[in-house]
Amino acid sequence: MTPQLAIFFVLAALAVIGALNLILQKHPIHSALSLIVVMIALAGLYLLMGAEFVAAVQIIVYGGAIMVLFVFVIMLLNAGVEEKTNISKLAGIAGVPLAVALLGFIAAAIARSNDAAQAGVESGTLASTKEISTMLFKDFVYPFELTSFLILVAILGAIVLAQREN
Amino acid sequence: MVPTNYYLILSAIIFGLGVVAFIFKRNVITIFMSIELMLNAVNLAFVAFSQAKHQSDGQVFVLFVIVVAAAEAAVGLGIIILMQRVRHSLNVERVDLLKL
Repeated sequence: MTPQLAIFFVLAALAVIGALNLILQKHPIHSALSLIVVMIALAGLYLLMGAEFVAAVQIIVYGGAIMVLFVFVIMLLNAGVEEKTNISKLAGIAGVPLAVALLGFIAAAIARSNDAAQAGVESGTLASTKEISTMLFKDFVYPFELTSFLILVAILGAIVLAQREN
Repeated sequence: MVPTNYYLILSAIIFGLGVVAFIFKRNVITIFMSIELMLNAVNLAFVAFSQAKHQSDGQVFVLFVIVVAAAEAAVGLGIIILMQRVRHSLNVERVDLLKL
């Protein structure tokens, strides 16, 4: 086993354990903290693939900004342990076969994938940050401008939703 | 050298766990977090394909996904605060009517 494969398995196990913990924990703040573990593990996997810019953005934006927003709202609303009702049992009965079927479809699609997918990801710096920025500001400049408009709308929406009516 | 399939399988497992969390959880904040989990799983598949095919498109898409997730989190958490203020509950089963 190469060192890269060993690092992959450690980070993958960390991500899966974090995702499982998100489901098993009853309190939202514990779920939020395990989600942060998943995001840090995924950032490590991006570094392993040689996508260092995406890894940095993952930690700064996801692990930093978005998760701080989540933890802030959980603390602000003083969210407690979630309550169990009859409908949650119904969700379990209907949900488990649904999730298993979905996983089965995805597994079948991966199993049928061609040789190119099995070639492997080299850990070289293939897509440099410079290349990404050139592509972002040349080929994808209109979607990029649209995202700034989207963020503006999101800011306005958040302000309108959260303001107190007088 | 890690095969691309390994990354795809990990991505599928995390996405499946996100779907399970989305169905099982009753707290609206945790349901929101499971959506973020699914978006992260998709990002992993994007980057894996991008690096395997030696093209940067996938990583640019990941940036767009992160931007949309941030906007979604801002608006969604605003809605959650409003829900707590109006219904005094974070349980999704107590919010099943459109009108007050």
